[in-house]
Amino acid sequence: MSITILFLLAPIGAIIAWWLSRQRLTAKPWLEVGAIDDFPGTGASSLPAATIGLGVFLAVVSSLFALFISAYFMRMQVADWAQMPAPKVLWFNTGVLILSSVALQYAQVAARRGRMEDVGYGLTAGGLFTLTFLVGQLFAWQQLNAAGYFLAANPANAFFYLFTGLHGLHLLGGIVALALTVDKVWRGFEVNQVRLSVQLCAVYWHFLLALWLVLFTLLTPWVGDFADICRQLLT
Amino acid sequence: MVDITIGAAGTIPPAEVKDVELYHPKSWVTKYVFCQDAKVIAIQYSITALSIGLVALVLSWLIRLQLAFPSNFSAISPGDYLQFITIHGMIMVIYLLTALFLGGFGNYLIPLMVGARDMVFPYVNMVSYWVYLLAVLVLVASFFMPGGPTGSGWTLYPPQAILSGTPGRDWGIILMLVSLILFIIGFTMGGLNYVVTALQSRTRGMTLMRMPLTVWGIVTATVLALLAFPALFVGCVMLLFDRILGTSFFIPAVVELGQHLNYSGGSPLLFQHLFWFFGHPEVYIVALPAFGIVSDLIATHARKNIFGYRMMVWAIVAIGALSMVVWAHHMYVSGMNPYFGFFFATTTLIIAIPTAIKVYNWVLTLWRGDIHLTVPMLFALAFIVTFVNGGMTGLFLGNPVVDVPLSDTMFVVAHFHMVMGMAPIFVIFGAIYHWYPKVTGRMLNEMLGKFHFWVTFLGAYAIYFPMHYLGLMGVPRRYFEMGDMAFVPQSATTLNIFITMAALIVGFAQMVFLFNMIWSLSKGKPAGSNPWRATTLEWQTPETPPGHGNWGKELPVVYRWAYGYSVPGAKEDFVPQNQPAVARAA
Repeated sequence: MSITILFLLAPIGAIIAWWLSRQRLTAKPWLEVGAIDDFPGTGASSLPAATIGLGVFLAVVSSLFALFISAYFMRMQVADWAQMPAPKVLWFNTGVLILSSVALQYAQVAARRGRMEDVGYGLTAGGLFTLTFLVGQLFAWQQLNAAGYFLAANPANAFFYLFTGLHGLHLLGGIVALALTVDKVWRGFEVNQVRLSVQLCAVYWHFLLALWLVLFTLLTPWVGDFADICRQLLT
Repeated sequence: MVDITIGAAGTIPPAEVKDVELYHPKSWVTKYVFCQDAKVIAIQYSITALSIGLVALVLSWLIRLQLAFPSNFSAISPGDYLQFITIHGMIMVIYLLTALFLGGFGNYLIPLMVGARDMVFPYVNMVSYWVYLLAVLVLVASFFMPGGPTGSGWTLYPPQAILSGTPGRDWGIILMLVSLILFIIGFTMGGLNYVVTALQSRTRGMTLMRMPLTVWGIVTATVLALLAFPALFVGCVMLLFDRILGTSFFIPAVVELGQHLNYSGGSPLLFQHLFWFFGHPEVYIVALPAFGIVSDLIATHARKNIFGYRMMVWAIVAIGALSMVVWAHHMYVSGMNPYFGFFFATTTLIIAIPTAIKVYNWVLTLWRGDIHLTVPMLFALAFIVTFVNGGMTGLFLGNPVVDVPLSDTMFVVAHFHMVMGMAPIFVIFGAIYHWYPKVTGRMLNEMLGKFHFWVTFLGAYAIYFPMHYLGLMGVPRRYFEMGDMAFVPQSATTLNIFITMAALIVGFAQMVFLFNMIWSLSKGKPAGSNPWRATTLEWQTPETPPGHGNWGKELPVVYRWAYGYSVPGAKEDFVPQNQPAVARAA
């Protein structure tokens, strides 16, 4: 749990504290009468609701995975833990997921510059790369199963399936949002109408890529040793 | 007083904020069933939560009957009893209190109080309710599965939760975990709405420091819930894996009925950490909205501005932050390192400081106020008293030295029923009496309300005060019957019968409340738009009940804080938040 607190609650708390510190919480509202324009910067946020919504949602997802990772480290300390080898295909999958992130970044830049055609290409490529990643993950599961690393055989295996599965589900959710955006692009919406969606898709994909890199690092045996050292330093 | 005005008095610079495009319901179904209007969703949430709460109320009667007359009810088996206490606790904490405060009051009050037309993601908000309803139905379904609902206690501790000695081991526990997972998913959808609406949809002039404390309380609680519910989610998913797929996250090597099970090495303690990492913030998820609402009730019905508004805001934020680092005080008997115990005892006691500030401020708000003893005010006062009582025993239990002997006794049951059972329920009642006129356009009957209040208030004390005493004698919680124990005197049985009588009477008083709600819907006195002469925006809507979109053509503009009561020199004893500032001559 110390990991959750250090890596999750501290940054989120810092962000909240920083934001609150700019909101004039020391104001004396009982002395101040007047419309908002007298107090610049203290009104409602001018960011679109969807952007803030995604930010809050990513905080929730971070909390979810930070807690899973905390559980992972705590369970790891019991003697019956047997780290399993990470299938080679995961390296390929990681590459594909990076490509999907790059493709969405390309789409986002294209959307900012108003090149609608490139937006479509970027989104479609991103979606296809992501689907490839998901198929690759299923392939990894199948390989592990064939090699006898069953889900219930060892907690290390169980965590592997759990982490990859949950990460995959989050990507699937993203693909729904992505598909809706692609649909808009194909139906010939103006670039202004899709720019925000494209941007948010890109942010979500970058986040899930970063999350995958963290999970992959944890699930790979050689890094497991490194994590072990970190854990010893922390506790 | 600094009157800051721009231009001529009352002129409003043109709106810079574009009006949001509202969704418009077209048919009866989209208006009342699959509705995206936060007000309708709020009512749906409230009715569902109160209905499932009634189930929990009936369960509490059965628990009490068994405790008072241990050998008289052959229909209640020990397994049934465990199932009753489990589901009673689970429903009350999560499906009633959390859902009603955040889903019910949050949905109704946040948009109205910050001057928004609706939640920012109405569709997601609607889905949130339906997922919540599904979670409730899954929970109810577990009653009808073979083996019945789970009887593992509301904490669901493994290994016993999924081993065969526990009732509901076959289906009950699975449905319970699925129901919780659904609840969390549904709540997350709603929670995103509450936070983002308060951040992004506030009307012009509504700075953070002009928000009513109700909004502060609900939004801070939502932030806590968004960060803490994932811990329960993680625990539920992993326990579900252990139960269905045979993994060993939480289950150590176990010999059951002479047979070695296929588990090994799992850590039950890990579940406790995850559960209480959610479980303690949960207390404040319920308490913070109550703190916020009660502040507004007191200020309105004592016709006085809230004392120390800034302190109140800071205290809410501080309590929220601290509540994330006290969870292990629920685990003093789990064999943890004594230094951990010391750390968590310290953080627990520190929380008492901002909490005490709030209590002092409520009392100071009342001091020399023009107190109207309306029903909402009576409930608000009952909350202060009860919360202080429950909080005091919390200080005892926060110390490992005192907690270890009292752990798992009736003292603990009495403590948490006072502090997070009765206290928030009083606020819920007070809030319903306060806002019912806005929701329906009619007042609740005052006579019936006062009867309901006095029976509930005095009854709560008749129930829980003696329970402290039972706990100090060492009577344990969760026991089906005590049998003949040397340390339990005969008088304890008499006391138990007394408590049960009180519980039944209090229970039936709630029927009066339900009757009042239904009767007043058509027969209540018409309320008008602002029966309590309150300042906050929800009372200034052009229609009562507020129409779709809340505000008619123009969004309100806010000129002042939420507590302009008894302002010297003002025409009335309240100044609504949207009343323009008058330029001072000088």
